[in-house]
Formats: sequence, C-alpha cells, structure tokens
Amino acid sequence: MIFLTRRATFSASHFYWNESWTAEKNDQVFGRCANRNGHGHNYTLEVTVAGEPDPVTGFVVDLKWLKDVIEREVLSAYDHRHLNLEAPEFAKLIPTTENIAISAWKRLESAIVAAGGARLTCVRIYETPEIFAEYRGEA
Amino acid sequence: MKSYFGRRYMLSASHRLHSDVLSAEENRTAYGKCNNPHGHGHNYVVEVLVGGPVDRETGMVVNLIDLDEVVCTRVLDRFDHTNLNLDLLFDHCVPTTENLCRKVFELLKDAMPAGELEYVRVEETENNFFEYYGERAK
Repeated sequence: MIFLTRRATFSASHFYWNESWTAEKNDQVFGRCANRNGHGHNYTLEVTVAGEPDPVTGFVVDLKWLKDVIEREVLSAYDHRHLNLEAPEFAKLIPTTENIAISAWKRLESAIVAAGGARLTCVRIYETPEIFAEYRGEA
Repeated sequence: MKSYFGRRYMLSASHRLHSDVLSAEENRTAYGKCNNPHGHGHNYVVEVLVGGPVDRETGMVVNLIDLDEVVCTRVLDRFDHTNLNLDLLFDHCVPTTENLCRKVFELLKDAMPAGELEYVRVEETENNFFEYYGERAK
C-alpha cells in the first residue's frame, strides 16, 4: 500500500461566531477570531490517498487527475472566498480548521470513490504553518 | 465526528549525547560530534496532535489558547533555553530526540484540555524528526 499526498493552497477569509451565544461569550471563546468583519489566511490543503501502484503506469493515481479534482471540488469553492458567506456548508457551521478539513473531505470523497482505485485516507488543512487540522474519515 | 488538531511550537535547548554505561571511546563511536563534552544545541520544533470529537458549539477539537497554555506550562517553560542533560527527566536517560519526544508525550498525555493526545513529533533539524504515539502502535 502506497500513500500519496497532493498539496494545494488557497486563500480565504472567515470568522468564528456561534449564533446561539451572546457577543460576550463569542469574544471570550473565540477571541480575535470572533471579529465579524472577518480575517484571512493562506491555507495549505494536503490530500492523501492510498492504493497499490497500477502495474502498467506505476501510479497510485494520476497526479494531474487528483489536482483537477482538488481544484474542482475544493479550490473553486474556497479560494479567494469568504467561507462564512460563500461556502454553503458554513452558513450554519463555524469554519474552524477542523470543520474545513471535514468539509473538504466531504467535497472530495465522492469524486475519489467514483474513480475507483485509490481511497481517500486523510485531509489536512494548515491555517498557518503552526496550526493545522486533519480528518481521516472517522465517525 | 472525530478530527485532529495540530499545533507546532519551538524550543531552543542544548544537549550532549553520552551514556553512563558506555566507555568514553564507545560514546565517541556511538554519538560522534554529539558526544562533545561541552554540548551543542538545536531549535527543536515540537508538534502536538490532539484527536477528538469536534465540539458542536465551538467547531473545535480543542481551543488552541487552552492547548498553548498546557504546552507552555508543561513543556516550553521547562525545556526552552535550558540544558536538557540537567533536567531531572534526563538524569539517567540520554537526551536523544527520541527520548525527548517520549518525555514530551508523557508530560502532556494526561493534561489535554479536550480530546486525547494522538502523537508528539519533535524535529531536531529540518532533516531529522521523531514521532511517538504512546505505547500503542500507530
């Protein structure tokens, strides 16, 4: 089994806010991230798939194909967007790094399953070089 | 839904790799430059990964402010700008980065503000790094 990872970057803005809380509680829990004017990051997305290399091509998956899937399913929705306002999954879900990892997984999974072959094993999102979250498809 | 939150920290410390059970010559053979009696130092990167359910109210596995507090108190305040060989944890333990990685894991494993410690990764240089997942295998 080979694990293959493709990295991509996108830039987006967001803020953290729980509608069921008071403004004071939002400020207390989320600090500067609760500024409703938003702020932004250069995110790095790492998508890991696993499988056996094809006996003819030697590929687990065609990297160009994986690049196009990431572009179509994730970057077109997130890059240079305000996540709270423009990505439908974050209309009611706070776009924390954890939730972005889970949402990116959901966006990628069906396209990767449909292609057959390799399976999606991990989506990791770096919000900064020091902060990241990952989702491995666990319940 | 289980997810993982990771955070990277830096600490600068000195160490000398020297085992009490080896002769001076055996130490030089085993550790090379790292056996220099005067020690040497690194800028270590300590990466902490915490796994757990994503809280429905906050969208977080763990609040990074709370995680920072624990890691600063238990690890960075203890080791940053120190000589690792002089720390009690390395009294009879060579402060290799493998052992530092295990010690950091042990210092943090019961102190997570939320979720569970998945692994500790310590990067000694850009080219050397070590991971410890606790007693269970990866």
